[in-house]
Amino acid sequence: MRRPLSTIAHTRSGDKGDTSNIGVIALRPEHYRVILREVTPDRVKEFFGDLVKGKVERFELPNLGAINLLLHEALGGGGTVSLRVDAQGKTYGAALLRMEVEID
Amino acid sequence: MIRIANGQGFWGDWLEAPVRLVDQGPIDFLVLDYLAEVTMSILQKQKQEDPALGYARDFPPLIGRLANKLKDRNIKVVANAGGVNPVACARAVLKAAPGLKVAVIHGDDVFHRIDEFLGKGYDMRDMDTGRPISAIRKQILSANAYIGAFPLAEALDTGADVVIAGRSTDTALTLAPMVHRFGWKAEDWNKLAAGTIAGHIIECGAQCSGGNCQVDWESIPNMSDVGYPIVEAEPDGSFTVTKHTGSGGRAHTDTVKEQLLYELGDPKRYMTPDCIADFTTVQLADTGPDRVKVSGIRGGPRPPTLKLSISYTDGWKAIGTLVYSWPQAVEKARAADRIVRARLAGLGLAFDEIYTEFFGLNACNGPAAPPNPDPPEIQLRIGVRGQDRKAVDRFTRELIPLVLNGPPGATGFGDGRPPVREIVAYWSALIPREEIETRVEVIS
Repeated sequence: MRRPLSTIAHTRSGDKGDTSNIGVIALRPEHYRVILREVTPDRVKEFFGDLVKGKVERFELPNLGAINLLLHEALGGGGTVSLRVDAQGKTYGAALLRMEVEID
Repeated sequence: MIRIANGQGFWGDWLEAPVRLVDQGPIDFLVLDYLAEVTMSILQKQKQEDPALGYARDFPPLIGRLANKLKDRNIKVVANAGGVNPVACARAVLKAAPGLKVAVIHGDDVFHRIDEFLGKGYDMRDMDTGRPISAIRKQILSANAYIGAFPLAEALDTGADVVIAGRSTDTALTLAPMVHRFGWKAEDWNKLAAGTIAGHIIECGAQCSGGNCQVDWESIPNMSDVGYPIVEAEPDGSFTVTKHTGSGGRAHTDTVKEQLLYELGDPKRYMTPDCIADFTTVQLADTGPDRVKVSGIRGGPRPPTLKLSISYTDGWKAIGTLVYSWPQAVEKARAADRIVRARLAGLGLAFDEIYTEFFGLNACNGPAAPPNPDPPEIQLRIGVRGQDRKAVDRFTRELIPLVLNGPPGATGFGDGRPPVREIVAYWSALIPREEIETRVEVIS
């Protein structure tokens, strides 16, 4: 069945220059493989649309039941240059929790 | 075991946090992280105007407030409060707390060595964009090398009560007391990686102990007295993340996991001047109320380069807002945006970027925001940036007239024209580590 990612995960997001990072953490161990299957770089890039100008990278941390997403060129130039209210991508993690995923 | 507490996650963090860490229970080291990427440039400007400034001015009065307790309880302080003027910071601390021994670290400031580095053939390309630094040479405001834990540990070895660094890494502040007390060496990669990850967990203060936590956030107790984090470090590199008994907040694997992932790049290669830490080796366990045991951490040898933190001016910007009320708030705000853009174009003004957001609709999340077809109000937020200050200044005149000469229902203009601000941008580059020599000085 399809549910928002918030059903199985929590997140924290931040910035490094013009790159936003989103940590996606499984709420329970069995949710990690669902996250791996569903939260792919392509789907994340599509979800954020033209907010993300560059590529999306994904790193796996099975020890924490978590993935780390890097969204490149996603903060309007980043830090002090950006004209965005969320120049540090602090809210991107919460936004991603709305993405629909297929839960077993 | 030693207890290392973090009482400031950035310059501007809660002023009471370090005081409560000292008052509410036992700690051995109080570390305070004052520097964000752009803080150095602000401090550089302050120093240019007054040679006695250029450091985190919150720090000396804090030490003055805590001095007797630090002495009575033998608590040592490690802080990167020195900014671009650690010696002036140390003098101010000694004025506020005359009985303390203060040590400073020299050598991170390379503002006056940029041309020397260029002469040696280092092009200091931006780690994000790949551009050579020659592109912004004349705009540079500050340049500092990130220094690691060993110079800080050397300063603690002098018996100093307060250690003041300039641009040390955030994680080095926490790692330094471990190197100092446990005698760890530059080759002890796994232990250095463990101390580095301990530093990463607590460097943002309460953000690992209940602050900004998504999991059951409504149930996190007593956030008005949130306990800032304490690492109980063991000589073997394992440690426990906790907080004082009776303080608010929560220390749990959920809160620690969120902070582990914060501002992380490649988790297998977290680079610092001291080691490369591997976040995929971290093992967490809840071992009691507000106690998270961290173990298993592995790392690799320190990289041959150090990272430079460089700030430079990059034009001007201004951001203005107006509020449009129901009905058709979104349509009215969009129409107003089109009018402003047309008027700016009509004036022939050139900008690097004009950017519009609609608060209440999609400002934070852009296309990822859910539909909100008929909100009761919308804030229009238009920002411009460019190299011509006059053009940016003229933009600030173009919003308020819309109240009378644009779509109906505009308000929220009470603060008048928005300010024009100079943009100070951030540049990071690598330099061979042999170029940076640090030196510890005890100031009395």
